[in-house]
Amino acid sequence: MYAFEYHRPTSLDEAVSLMVNAEDGALLAGGQTLIPTLKQRLAQPSDVIDLAAVPGLTGITQDGNELIVGAMTTHAEVAASDLVRATIPALAELAGQVGDAQVRNRGTLGGSIANNDPAADYPAALVALGAVIKTNRRTVAADDFFTGMFETVLDTEEVVVSVRFPKPQRAAYCKFPNPASRYAIVGVFVARNGPTVRVAVTGAGQSVFRLPELEARLAARFSPDALANVMVAADGLNDDLHASADYRAHLITVMAKRAVAAASGSPAD
Amino acid sequence: MPTTITLSVNGRPVTRTVESRTLLVQLLREHLGLTGTHVGCDTCQCGACVVHLNGRSVKSCAVLAVQADGAEVATIEGLAAADGTLHPMQEAFRKHHGLQCGFCTPGMVMSAIDLVRRHPTPTERQVRTELEGNLCRCTGYHNIVRAVLSGAETMRGAGDPGAAAAAD
Ligand SMILES: Cc1cc2nc3c(=O)[nH]c(=O)nc-3n(C[C@H](O)[C@H](O)[C@H](O)COP(=O)(O)OP(=O)(O)OC[C@H]3O[C@@H](n4cnc5c(N)ncnc54)[C@H](O)[C@@H]3O)c2cc1C
Ligand code: FES
Ligand code: FES
Repeated sequence: MYAFEYHRPTSLDEAVSLMVNAEDGALLAGGQTLIPTLKQRLAQPSDVIDLAAVPGLTGITQDGNELIVGAMTTHAEVAASDLVRATIPALAELAGQVGDAQVRNRGTLGGSIANNDPAADYPAALVALGAVIKTNRRTVAADDFFTGMFETVLDTEEVVVSVRFPKPQRAAYCKFPNPASRYAIVGVFVARNGPTVRVAVTGAGQSVFRLPELEARLAARFSPDALANVMVAADGLNDDLHASADYRAHLITVMAKRAVAAASGSPAD
Repeated sequence: MPTTITLSVNGRPVTRTVESRTLLVQLLREHLGLTGTHVGCDTCQCGACVVHLNGRSVKSCAVLAVQADGAEVATIEGLAAADGTLHPMQEAFRKHHGLQCGFCTPGMVMSAIDLVRRHPTPTERQVRTELEGNLCRCTGYHNIVRAVLSGAETMRGAGDPGAAAAAD
C-alpha cells in the first residue's frame, strides 16, 4: 500500500472540505473495496477520509411508505433489521447475500452504490425499487445514478448520505453468485407496485440495467408463466472466464422467473 | 504520517504509533506479536485473519489499524482461560478434528463464535453459509461444520466465556 494521510472528520461539512482540499482524496466507508484496492496498489490517494465518525450517516428509519437507509449502514445491519424485514424483505434478503459474513459486517450501502461494481447486488435493488439517493447536495433517482462500469453521477467530493426506498407491493431478488467471490454472475431484482413492474439486472452488463420487455409482460400478468419462452439478447453482455454472454443471457431469464415466483408465491417452472 | 492509537486487545489496553497504511492484522502480528491471526491471501477472501472488532467478526486484513482506534479487538489468543482451558469452540475443533494443517483454524474459530452468538442454534446449512468467508484447503469442511455445531451446543449450555464483553 502506498502511504497516505488519514482523516476522521466528525461532520459532513468537514468531510466534504477535506475532500475538496485534498490533492487526490478518497472517502472510506466499510473499506471492503477500497482497502483491497489500496493493498493491490491499484489506487494511490493522497488522503483517505474516513466517514465512520460523521454523524447522521447510519440507521434505518421508516417515513410513511418509504424506508430510509443511511449510507454507512452495513449490509449486516440491513439483513438483520426487523424494520427492513417487515417493509421490504427482499432488500434484507439481498443484503444477507452480499459477499460473506465478515464483508457484511463492514461493507456499507453507500460504499457499494458509490463503487458501482458491475457485479454488485445493491444497484439492482435501487433501480428496481425506484429508490432515490440523497447526497450532501442533491437527490438523484436510481435510474440516473448508475452511469457505467464503476461509474456514477457522483462528483469526486460528493458524499452519499442516505437512500430512500419506496415500499413495493411485491419484490424479490434472485442471484446466481460466483462461487468464489459471491459477487453476482447474474442477479435479477423484480418489484411490482400496482400496474408497474420493474426488472433490474446486475452482473450481466457494464452496469445495472432494466429489461422493458420483461417488465411489460409482467405488468400484464405477474407470474413466472408470463416469462415462458422469453429470450434476452446476449449482445453487449459481459463475456469472461466466469460465464459467456449467451450463458448470462439465459441466466437472466432463469433468475427473473425465480424472482417472480418468489415475489408472487407461485412456483417457477 | 504516523498516528498514535489506543485500543483494547483481548481486554488489555494497547497504545502504539502506526502508519496510516498499517493494517489491523499487521498491528496484531508485527507490532504486538499476536501471530495466531494468520494471513492467507492478499484479496480479503480467505478469512484466515478474522478477529472480532467491537464484538463482530471482521477480516483484519481489510481494516486499517487507525480505524480500530478506540475499539475492542479480540483475537484467537484471547479465547482460552488463564489456566489454559480452551474456549468451548476451540475444544470442539480439537474434539471433532476440525483441522488438519491448522492454518485456517484461528479465523474459522473466530467466525464460528460470532456466528453462534448471533444464531445460538444454527442449522448445518446456516453454519455452511455463514462460514463462506473462511476457506480451508485441507479438511473438506465436514469436520469443521461438525465442530461448530457441537461448539454451539456447548456454548448454549456451559456458557460462552467472553460473550458479555462482546455484547457491548
Ligand atoms: C471477499 C469480498 C466479497 C464481496 N462480495 C460482494 C458481493 O457478493 N456483492 C456485492 O455487492 N459486493 C461484494 N463485495 C463488496 C462489498 O459489498 C463492499 O462492501 C462494497 O462494494 C463497498 O462498500 P464499503 O462500505 O466497503 O466501501 P469502501 O470500500 O470504503 O468504498 C468503496 C468506494 O465507495 C466510495 N464511498 C464509500 N462511501 C461513500 C459515500 N458515502 N459517498 C460517496 N462515496 C463513497 C469510496 O470512496 C470508494 O471509492 C465483496 C467484497 C469482498 C472483499
Ligand atoms: S488474509 Fe485472507 S481474508 Fe484476510
Ligand atoms: S486445516 Fe489446513 S487450511 Fe484448514
